[in-house]
Amino acid sequence: MSDNLLEVKNYSVASTDNVPILHSLNLTIKKGETHVLMGPNGAGKSTFGSSLLSNPAYKLTDGSIFFEKENITELSTDKRAKKGIFLSFQAPVEIPGISLYSFLRAAVKNAETPLTGKLFRKKLNEILKVLDLKQEYLERDLNVGFSGGERKKVEMLQLLMLSPKMAVLDETDSGLDVDAVNIMLKGINEFQQTDEKGMLIISHNMHILNRLKIDKVHILVKGRIVADGGSELIQEINENGFIRFENQAGDGNV
Amino acid sequence: MSDISTKNSSITDVNRSLYDFTKEEKDVEKLASGLTEEIVRQISAKKNEPAWMLDHRLKSLQIYNELKVPNWGPDISGLDINNIVTYVRPNTKMAAKWDDVPEDIKDTFERLGIPDAERTSLAGVGAQYDSELVYHNIQESVAEKGVIYSGIEEALSGPYAEMIEKHFMKLVPSTDHKFAALHGAVWSGGSFVYVPPYTDVEIPLQSYFRLNSPGAGQFEHTLIIVDKGARLHFIEGCSAPKYNVANLHAGCVELFVGEEAHLRYSTIENWSKNMYNLNTKRAKVEKNGVMEWVSGSFGSHISYLYPMTILNGEYAKSEFTGITFAGEGQNLDTGTKILHNAPHTSSVISTKSLSKSGGISTFRSAVTVTEKAHKSKTSVSCQSLMLDDKSRSDTIPLMDVRCNDVNVGHEASIGRIDDDAVFYLMSRGLSEEEAKTLIVNGFANPISKELPLEYAVEMNNLIRLEMEGSIG
Repeated sequence: MSDNLLEVKNYSVASTDNVPILHSLNLTIKKGETHVLMGPNGAGKSTFGSSLLSNPAYKLTDGSIFFEKENITELSTDKRAKKGIFLSFQAPVEIPGISLYSFLRAAVKNAETPLTGKLFRKKLNEILKVLDLKQEYLERDLNVGFSGGERKKVEMLQLLMLSPKMAVLDETDSGLDVDAVNIMLKGINEFQQTDEKGMLIISHNMHILNRLKIDKVHILVKGRIVADGGSELIQEINENGFIRFENQAGDGNV
Repeated sequence: MSDISTKNSSITDVNRSLYDFTKEEKDVEKLASGLTEEIVRQISAKKNEPAWMLDHRLKSLQIYNELKVPNWGPDISGLDINNIVTYVRPNTKMAAKWDDVPEDIKDTFERLGIPDAERTSLAGVGAQYDSELVYHNIQESVAEKGVIYSGIEEALSGPYAEMIEKHFMKLVPSTDHKFAALHGAVWSGGSFVYVPPYTDVEIPLQSYFRLNSPGAGQFEHTLIIVDKGARLHFIEGCSAPKYNVANLHAGCVELFVGEEAHLRYSTIENWSKNMYNLNTKRAKVEKNGVMEWVSGSFGSHISYLYPMTILNGEYAKSEFTGITFAGEGQNLDTGTKILHNAPHTSSVISTKSLSKSGGISTFRSAVTVTEKAHKSKTSVSCQSLMLDDKSRSDTIPLMDVRCNDVNVGHEASIGRIDDDAVFYLMSRGLSEEEAKTLIVNGFANPISKELPLEYAVEMNNLIRLEMEGSIG
């Protein structure tokens, strides 16, 4: 019997100017589980992902969030990150003037188990190899001028360097070619090497979803979870889209 | 008691000069009448300088008395102009003990990791920073090449006296503005550098040592002549805050860059936060010469600082890279002026300005392209970053182009710190302060890249210090 890693209860989120986005979500991810969040565009998937890290662009209007049974509802972004929640951004921000290398050093210093000196370098080199990233990326400014694929790989690089307990991957595979998707899969496998890790994957990519062991699938439509199930839901959506769920949700924003 | 001593009362307990000054009643009465010919004559006589210099001082005094205080920039009414002599008075009684240095400055030194032995000298009296040895080594190695690097006062009576007379305040005449006139009348201390033709001075020369020597006050004059085909990198000041008793700095820098010569002039300025920094810097560049400015402004209460380059010969080039960081209580008005006065000249201006905690940072540039300057190029880029809602950044870029075959580029951006970027970095475990510091360091990075390593490190330290405690 595994323990709860992430738990949201009656979780409702609005934009800072009070437009409701997510409505009373309930979701529990146990240690070692991989969940998939699917839904049509604009359903609120990315909002959910970034609200888990307390993005100040949104506010929680109701409900609470627990991590390893601790109520973290009031914790700021950095504190949640330090507890071990990681978000792989769909569109990572460019930070001019800061090299990827110095950023990684700054981030790893804050990780649960900070790596120093040689160990840092060793781990970094191993991960670069897994992700087929050249050393020279380390000297480039963080995300500045990176292609879509490069940004996704650099997100994965951060995930593996920080090795958090829980990873939220927001469209980590979108816009990638088959080779790059395979590399991301390698990254995910690397991350999942210990049984304790939890994952929430926001994706529609069959190529990636078919090759992962999925424990649960949640369908988000108009800010509500309208279905929970196993990987059979992925197949259904792949064949029929979201129509059945959208009909079911009706006009969600009431 | 004069206004200025009242204003400084918060630091009078450590400020020997002002403290002594208020005790010496007679002096107060005598000096309160303003800057007189007699005082200027006294200054000159003490220095034992040539007659032309006394003339120059007296003429400058006259101009000073005629000119008005500038009314277009930050408010300098906190300066006691009627009692200007307060600032002029030689600083023979500067804080001699580390204990006398204000707490905030001591704190900065400690965090910058400057050891005890070095701190003593930074108080303004006694041994030079980082020992005499460093200085002499530099001097010996450059002296072998025929390079002259000496105090400008001593050079006035040496073999280069004539050269100095020919150049002194020719680029920045006393008529330029009121504080240039003041400088002309009461200047004291500073450096003279002459680099002979086709001589490459590989090690940067640093004026840091000189500025801290006794008597080299806040009216120092820097005169640098880089002769044909020669190269020099001159570094003025250093990031460590200079503790200065008076709070007016009206220095003057004149740079003559000969044909095919190359001069880089770097400054990281961090005056104490009660300083009125009204410095004037100007360079003239001859045919195929190159002038590079790297300018960082972190300190002072009020700054007016616009280093100017006159591109006087064909294909002369100028590059200005600057950063200004205005924190609480600071109003820093900085920028640059370029005069394209010959064909095929080119200039690149690239500046960054930051403001936080109610600080005001204004960028001004004035690029003039004369009728003669055919096929010239100029590009101006200024970026401003405001770290909170209380702070202000302005950019005032002026262009006066009198020639129609020139290439002019300009881009400016003013923005607040990007919330998405802060969130992104915080999602990796960085605190809000760390995230913002990283973003600011990144913003400043194009400038730190231009600096010698130790100065870049110190600039980043300064940014970190400025950012500390800036959140919540």
